[in-house]
Amino acid sequence: MSSRDKILDAVKKNQPKALPLPLFTSVDHSVSDPLQRFIRTLGSIGGTAIETHSWEDIEFHLNERFLKEVRWVNMVPELGNIKGAPNGADPHLLENVKLAILKGHFGVTENGAVWVTDDQMGDRALPFICEHLAVIVQSDSLVNTMHDAYEKIGQAEYNFGTFIAGPSKTADIEQSLVLGAHGPKTMTVFLLSIHE
Amino acid sequence: MSKDTLENVRSSDHATLADKFNLDEPRVDWHDKTLWFIRQKRDKAAAQTPEWEQLRETASQIKNNVLSNLHSYLVEFELNAQKNGITVHWASNAAEHNSIVHSIIKKAGVTQVVKSKSMLTEECHLNDYLKGQNIDVIDTDLGERIVQLAGEPPSHIVLPCIHWKKEEIGELFSKHLGTPEGNSDPQFLTTAARIHLRQHFMTSRLAITGVNFAIAETGEFVVCTNEGNADLGVQLADIHIACMGIEKLIPKRKHLGIFLRLLARSATGQPITTYSSHFNRPRKGQEMHIVLVDNGRSERLASPDFRNALKCIRCGACMNTCPVYRRSGGHSYHYAIAGPIGAILAPGLDMKKHADLPFASTLCGSCTHVCPVKIDIHDQLYKWRQVIAKNNLVGNTKKSGLKGLNFILSHPGLYRFGGNVGRWILKNMPYVLNNRYNPWYKQRDMPDIPKQSFNNWYKKNRP
Repeated sequence: MSSRDKILDAVKKNQPKALPLPLFTSVDHSVSDPLQRFIRTLGSIGGTAIETHSWEDIEFHLNERFLKEVRWVNMVPELGNIKGAPNGADPHLLENVKLAILKGHFGVTENGAVWVTDDQMGDRALPFICEHLAVIVQSDSLVNTMHDAYEKIGQAEYNFGTFIAGPSKTADIEQSLVLGAHGPKTMTVFLLSIHE
Repeated sequence: MSKDTLENVRSSDHATLADKFNLDEPRVDWHDKTLWFIRQKRDKAAAQTPEWEQLRETASQIKNNVLSNLHSYLVEFELNAQKNGITVHWASNAAEHNSIVHSIIKKAGVTQVVKSKSMLTEECHLNDYLKGQNIDVIDTDLGERIVQLAGEPPSHIVLPCIHWKKEEIGELFSKHLGTPEGNSDPQFLTTAARIHLRQHFMTSRLAITGVNFAIAETGEFVVCTNEGNADLGVQLADIHIACMGIEKLIPKRKHLGIFLRLLARSATGQPITTYSSHFNRPRKGQEMHIVLVDNGRSERLASPDFRNALKCIRCGACMNTCPVYRRSGGHSYHYAIAGPIGAILAPGLDMKKHADLPFASTLCGSCTHVCPVKIDIHDQLYKWRQVIAKNNLVGNTKKSGLKGLNFILSHPGLYRFGGNVGRWILKNMPYVLNNRYNPWYKQRDMPDIPKQSFNNWYKKNRP
């Protein structure tokens, strides 16, 4: 008998009588100022969130913050003035990327996380290998909790998706927080709302 | 610092190893305070989440449902993962797990692999095994890399080198990574490790990760890290092997909402880990493997008393709160998973080898109160003690002590007489009891002696 069948047989024999799945209704987490809440939460975990009102605004901020960094990779067509594309299929070629600019689907106010899927990354390695990460989400996309987040994701198909909440970090040496463990040393989230 | 080599750590019992840890009292105080600080961060995060108790209860019930339908969830997960292009392997035990992983590595023809944190691979001693096969495994979590360079196992499942001081890490890095002697700045040392490990990320064609949650409904699995080391390894490698115990399944994607709200808050007090990565399909040209490991889990499922331990999501909250763990150190548990949860998991795998662990507890119940999935940890510790005693695996000192106590407590006259004698001795000849032959007096102060017993007082004062 294969190990698969052995394990499945043993599990079937030994598992207890079926218990039902619970129902869960979250308490109301809505806040009057979700934007400010998100900005505060991301700030508290080492990231930066900036409220912006136009694509030019974002370009201005990026130039101001990262102009001196040499290699940018921009995955956001709306930021047409910013050049820089991934060079080919080998993710190792992204090693010298200083700034990566991506779109995210939405942000979560309770924890400062942004949901990003592989179609927004160009290369899956990009958000992890770059030295600085900038993600743009629409202001009105913010959700309150992780329950709302999964409600929003629903049955969406993606090959790879990740919640990113701030820069890569570690506190493994005597609980001293250090930003930029292996991945990005900074994360900037642009909350974009364009008023007509 | 004395070296806790793998051999040392495994060859002694909890009390002996805890004694060793307690030789350096300031260090014990520091260890204790550090972990208590993390426990307080957890408390703060829990208090800021209004439905915290409801989340715990829901998580517990979801896990109960998983354990009671594990067969169908496993079949569903396998089918969906295969549809997604993931190769699914099954391993009955640690040896089979290790040989499956090795065969994938061998087929790929590589000799160096990067690995992110996985308690399962620690449980299976994968690193030792692969070393014997001439495969170089680089642990990429900073804390794990530190203990790996030192030749030690991790002492905590979330904070692998919580027992190390920065000066010692500075010394270790100076020896292994060539950093300047005497520099122990955490920022500096972390940067040095970043540069060192980046080279390995860039050159490893194969990456091994653990799994935090696997979703039956979709066939995807989720890996959580703060450092981004799992992702960096996987996204740069041609082959990804994810190793998981069969109990890591959850039914639906939406249930991640519950577990991801609980996990990091319970572990470190963070609202969420920096990265919660959902792997559905390999990228073009990449191979993705999942190894589903039993290693005693299906057997434990049959036990009403002990099956609940399989609900564990490996947050480490029970360790941070445990008064024994905080003062005895992770290595005193001589098992891949230390602390209260380790003390109820380990005897399930090998009762004889781990018969000491359920006694490494005050049964205060703090572990049970912080557990995000409501495992009855301290009840199980107590139940394991009974099973271990029935199997004649209790040490003679403890056994004769308890037998003596039982005899005295079941003879009231003897008990009263003993009390009077004891009080007299403690007052007039304390050295008879307080000496190095009495293990109770280790690290304990003398109690104040009451003038009379409650019984005498009651006789005089009753109305």
